Formats: sequence, structure tokens, C-alpha cells
Amino acid sequence: MTLTYILIFTVVALFLGLVLRDRWRVYLLMGISALAVYLLQPALPIRSLDFWLSTITLLLTVLGWILTTPSDKLRERNNLVALAILVSIVVFADLTRYLGLGWTLSATLPPKLEMLMIFLALAVLFLGATAYFKRLSPILFLASGIVMLLGIFIILKVPSLATAVSGVIRYALGRSSANAAATDLRWLGFSYIAFRLLHTIRDRQTGRLPVVSLPEYVTYVIFFPALTAGPIDRIERFIQDLRRRPILLSAEDLSNAGKRLMVGLFKKFVLADSLAIIALNNVNALQTRTAGWMWVLLYAYTFQILFDFSGYTDIAIGIGGFLGFRLPENFTNPYLKPNLTQFWNSWHMTLTQWFRSYFFNPVTRFLRSGKHRLPIPAIIFITQLGTMLLIGLWHGITWNFVLWGLWHGIGLFVQNRWSEFLRPRLAGLENRRGLNFFLTALSIFLTFQYVALGWVWFALPTPGLSWQVLLKLLGMAQ
Amino acid sequence: MTSSATGSSRLINPYLVLVKGLILFIFINLICISIYIPYGKLSLYNFLLPGRERFPFAEEVPEKIYNLTTTNLDVMFSSHIISSPKSKDEYRVVLLGDSSVWGASLHPEDTLAGQLDDANLKSCDGRKVHVYNLGYPRNSITKDALILNEAMRYKPDLIVWITTLGSLTPDRRLDHPIVQSNPSRLYELSHKYNLEFDFSTINFNHASFLDRTVFGFRRDISDWARLQLYGVLWAATGIDQVYRNSFKVYSLPELIDDISYFDWQPPAFDPRLLSLDVLEAGMEIAGKTPVILVNEPILIISGQKNSDLRYDSSYPRWVYDQYRQIMNVESKENEWHYIDLWDLVPSTDFWGDTDMHLMPAGEARFVEELIPYIRFAPCP
Repeated sequence: MTLTYILIFTVVALFLGLVLRDRWRVYLLMGISALAVYLLQPALPIRSLDFWLSTITLLLTVLGWILTTPSDKLRERNNLVALAILVSIVVFADLTRYLGLGWTLSATLPPKLEMLMIFLALAVLFLGATAYFKRLSPILFLASGIVMLLGIFIILKVPSLATAVSGVIRYALGRSSANAAATDLRWLGFSYIAFRLLHTIRDRQTGRLPVVSLPEYVTYVIFFPALTAGPIDRIERFIQDLRRRPILLSAEDLSNAGKRLMVGLFKKFVLADSLAIIALNNVNALQTRTAGWMWVLLYAYTFQILFDFSGYTDIAIGIGGFLGFRLPENFTNPYLKPNLTQFWNSWHMTLTQWFRSYFFNPVTRFLRSGKHRLPIPAIIFITQLGTMLLIGLWHGITWNFVLWGLWHGIGLFVQNRWSEFLRPRLAGLENRRGLNFFLTALSIFLTFQYVALGWVWFALPTPGLSWQVLLKLLGMAQ
Repeated sequence: MTSSATGSSRLINPYLVLVKGLILFIFINLICISIYIPYGKLSLYNFLLPGRERFPFAEEVPEKIYNLTTTNLDVMFSSHIISSPKSKDEYRVVLLGDSSVWGASLHPEDTLAGQLDDANLKSCDGRKVHVYNLGYPRNSITKDALILNEAMRYKPDLIVWITTLGSLTPDRRLDHPIVQSNPSRLYELSHKYNLEFDFSTINFNHASFLDRTVFGFRRDISDWARLQLYGVLWAATGIDQVYRNSFKVYSLPELIDDISYFDWQPPAFDPRLLSLDVLEAGMEIAGKTPVILVNEPILIISGQKNSDLRYDSSYPRWVYDQYRQIMNVESKENEWHYIDLWDLVPSTDFWGDTDMHLMPAGEARFVEELIPYIRFAPCP
């Protein structure tokens, strides 16, 4: 998100937060969020693909709502109105091509209207058929939804698959497949959108999902302040903010939101963007001559990724605050935690909570309830390693993200066992404040170092290069 | 959304915050307008980071070469290693000149200054000779004079000023980014040494009212900050430009038969057209510090079509010959220590892929020639 967009969104949010307090608020939030999907999607080398990806985002969101909403609620008036608004926005985004507004909403020229009409007709047929046939087997349809989302997710995250799909699209458009690249499919915010959709589908499967209207659902999935970089809110919490009437923003609410926005802007555009200049990357990793400077570059990366990510979260929380939303926290001083467990409870918290809810806890329950129960350490090892591997793969399906996940999974397991080992031995030391302070400081330092070294896997593209950098950091490179 | 913790916290009026912020913004800008803040003198170089071995200059994107172009003399000097303190046993030699001195495509240690510095010379009084590269791309004698004027603050013991005909021509009198970006220093130079510049011919980058606000020089501040950050990568990697590790031997161009030089026609040009007054001013700026004025080597093409008319793609023979003659006469008259090394490196084997820049081996030839002059330079 550029500064210009943040400014636009801030003004829009302030206006909506201060002026709109009636039932139209949800429609407006949905409409603006839908427009933001087009506005924020970056240009792609394949003609009009940015437009199509934005449109498919909306299609998937409506599909997610149809899958998770009881059939008897689908045709309620407010849902039909919301659907009409969404279709109008899609058509308007396309009409900019003819209104001389070509690139104002989408990054490149939208497709011809007849193409969109064919697409919309097929989409309506598809959604209608889904709504009709899901009555026959809701479980099967919900499972299909999960499979489909994971399928798209895997395609986007595996570079070779993304390149292959790009090649197919290029071929279909009569262009050379030779120039296909994984970056051709840079789908704005899909990782977050997919995980919100998966959360609602899974909660529907387990019966925890409340009934929400289409405008509420769409607003939750593509809420514009959190579209690009989260946080991944829970719908149950989100709709509480959305449904609250009347929304009275106090001066303190506004000033807190403003403060949060300013802190976010400073973190992202001053700290993170400055550190990005000197942060470790695949080019300077090979050029750096000494271990000392390599550490400097690694620490720069370590803080750059924190300020970048937490800055965006602050911006989202700030803009959300102007609208009367309290988006969840994502980062709470993660580099000041004395162990890896606490680090992961304060780093990208909403993503961690997601995996805890939908992988760690169910798998732990399963392993503990089976006939042949595994020993506790084995269960901890399997669940922590599995969770961290999945968190790694969420960032991209590459060996380096696998290794980063393993690094943290093993670290968490070792720390868990070490803590278990130490607990009885440190039991009598609670009153020794000096020693406790020293141990806490040492733990924070060691945890930070471990996390920082882990970023070597995350920041670089290949295991070989990461290994070279690790050796250099430890003064063992040739 | 209602405030949950309003009981204990002070109620903040956002409009008041906006007004206060605006007042503070205006106040800071007014300070900036009324007081010259020499932010360029602040630097992490030579303090937390090693100083650069040549002035910041970028022909490539900064992200690739960890360098960027600045024409702010304060920033240039504060990032340069010459700003580090001078020790008692140091004999400080500064080299002035254009891209051939700056060292286009060369590693810092392969430049003229780098190779001279690596020669571990001792001065006549036994001090260790340190040679500093104060070259800056594109020749302009006025640019050299401005740099020299600043360099005097760093107490050089010897100045080696490398020039060529192209530095002294009228078009290069004011047409250089450093000259145009530093109008106040140019006015000062002009006033102090009675230099007549035609200020009306050039659009100097005068600072308007808006330019003097924080908003106005945000780009300069951003460049300054980025240069500090690139200093980390310069320190980590030693990279400050795209280096050419292998050089193709210069392939000779076809020489044109045009023997005019700008609008000068043979058989002779008016010597007053050369910026010798700026050269004289430079000598005055140097004061008692000895100056060695060097006519830099050029590639002499022979046996080619029109090589009887031209030495290279830049210089017709008649112009260059007369320039050398004038320089010899002027040097004698003014008692300048002048060395004419124009034909020192005639072979194409020593030239890189242009007829202006020497390869490391060519620089080595140049170094060999200069060493005795530096070694036996008078002690101040």
C-alpha cells in the first residue's frame, strides 16, 4: 500500500466513521472494500489479469458466503441488494475502460465488456448451481470449498506451478509461454483472503459460525484496511464491531486511531524502508566480506521485517479505528520475549492463532485421544514441527520456507523440553531478583539471536546460499 | 466505539493535535528558512562507517552500487575519507581531476590515487604519504576550483591537479552539476579571486523560498540519509560502482576529418578562451601548499585515417598542440610546477573501452611517472 492509498483510505475511513452510523454503513464498507480490491491489485505482465484476479477475489468471497450460509437465508433482501452492488462494482470497474478512466481503478486496462458479461453469466450460473446443489450435501460442498482454496493457494505458492499456470494463460491468450514467471500471478492479499475464507468454512463445518449476511461476510473477508497485510481477524469478533449501533467515536478513539496510524506510517515508511536499503538479501549476501558486517545486515533485516509488518498492522488498526473497528493485535514486542513460545505468541499473532485453532489444537486432541497414545514429548514434537512447517509454507512453498519452519519447530520443541527440565531446578530461585533478571535478559538475547538466525532461511532464496551466510556469520566461511 | 478507559486517561482533542502539529511544522520550516543548517556536514562516515575513497557518484541505480550522486559539497566531503583526522606523521596529497582521476570502472585501489597510496611513499621529511582521490566525473576547471577550495580545510601538504584541454574550454566554465548546485560558493569564489563568470548564461539552482523549507529540500535530506545507509553496504562489500574486472582493449574509432573544435577554426584559437583565470585562482586558493599541475595523458592515435588531423576522437591536433604550448608558456610565466604527460600512455593496450579512461595497468604507468614528483615535492 502506498502512502497515497493510505491517505485516501484514511480520509474515507474518517468520513465513514464520523458521518455514517446507519444501516447503509455495511453496504458502503463492502462497496469501498470491493473497490479497494481493484485499486490495490498491482499491475501484472499478462493483459487485464489484475482485473480478473480482483474479480475472482470477489467471486470466491461470494462463493464462501454461499457455502457457509444456510440455504434459507441466501435469498434475503439485503443479500440480494449486496450482490447487486457487487455486480455493479465489477461492471463499473470494467466500464472505466470506456469512460476514459482506463487505469484509475485497475492497474491496467480492463477487459472488453463482452468478455466480462460472459464471465459474469458463467459466475452467476456457477454460484446459482452451488447454492442449489449444496442442499444435497452441504458437507461435501464445504469440503470442496476447502480443497479448492487450498488448491489455488498451493498453485500460487509453488513457483514452478505458478509459472506453469502463467504459461497456460499466456498460451491461451496467444502469447509466448517462454516469458512466463511465478510473479505473473501476484494476487494481492490472497494469503489473507484464503485464510479468512477457510476459517469461515471450517467454522461452518464445526457449527461455530454465526449466520452473517452477504455484505457482512464480504466486508469481513476483504475489509480494506486489512486487505494487504492482515491482521486475520475472526468473523465472530469482526461482526460485533460491524453490527454495533450506534457507533459513537469519541475524541479519544479518534486520537488513539490517529496515533496508531502515525506510528504505523513511521515504522513502515521511515524505519522499515530505511532498513530495507541495508537488509540482507541474495545480492549483498554474496558480496559481504566479513562476519561482523554480515551480522549488521542480518540485524537490519530482522528489524526491517518487524517494522514493515507491524507497521502495516498499525496502519490497518489505525484506519480500522477511524471506522469504529478494533482489529486484533498482530505484534506485541516479539523481540523482547524470553523464549520461542512467547515469541510466537507475539509475532504475527493472528496467523499463529489461526494455525493453533485449525491445526495445532485438533491434531493434539487427535493424538492424545487415539488408541495408541504417543508419549507427550512425541506429541509436542509432531504438533509443533507440523504447525511451524505449515506457517513456513504459508509464506511460500519453497525449501527455504520449509527450513525456516523446521528451524522454529525444532527450536520450540527444544525450548519446551529445556523449560520442563529447568522448571523444578529453578523453583527455589524466585526470590533472587538479580539472578532472575540476568536469566531473563540472557533468555531474551538468546531467543532474539535464534530468531534472527532463522531469518537467514526466510530472507534468502536457496538453502545453499543460506548455509553459506550462516557459516560466514559464525566465522566459518572460507 | 466508546472509550473504555477514559476515566484514567486524559481526553485528547484530535483537532487540537492537528493545530499544534501545523504550528510546529510552520515553526520548524521558518527556522530552516532563516538559518542555514549545514546538515551535510553531519555524517556517519569516518565515525561509525569507513569514509569513502572517492566522492559519491553513481552511474548506476544506487541499489546496485551502494552509492548515489550528490553535488552537495558538504555531503561529498563529509562522506570522504579525507574528513578523517590527519595524523602528525601523515603527508597528505590530494588529487584533483575528472572521471579519469575518480576512476570510472576501477576499484578504488586501482585508481591513480589508490595506486599512489599503495606505493607506501615517504615525503621529503619522512612522513607517510597518503593520497586522496578528490576527482569528480566530467571535466570542469571551475568544479575543480570549488573542490580545491573545500579541500584546503583538510590541510593538504601537496596538491596534484590533473587537467586537460577539455577542462578549460568555455563550455565547461559553468556547465557542471557541482558548479550549478553551489551558486553561493561560486559567487564567493568569483568575488574573492575576481573571476568573471557569465552568470546569466546558466540556470543556477537558486534556492527559492519554498526550496529552503524542510519540504523544499526533502529530496536533499533523503539523499543524505540514503547515502549514510549505503555507507553500511559500502563498508560491508567495498563496492561503490560497477567494476569492470576485465577490460577489452580499446578499439580505435574512426576519426572524422573535421578539424574544428567547437567553433574554433585553425590555424589558432584565442588563448583567452581557456579558463586560465580559474586555474590561477586555484593556485591562489592553494596558497603556500605546493601544487603540481599535470596535463593528463591522452590516447594518441596514429596510422589511422585522419590521424594526421586528430589525436583522438576529442582533439584535433592543431588545437591540442596550441593548448600545450599555451600551458607551457603560462606555467613558466606564473612559475607553476607543470608536468606535461600528454604522451605518456600512447598505446591502446593501456586504455579501457574509451579513449578517456586508463586501465589499471595504464594507471600504473601514470603512477610510476608521478612518484618522483611526489617523493621530491618540497616540504612545507
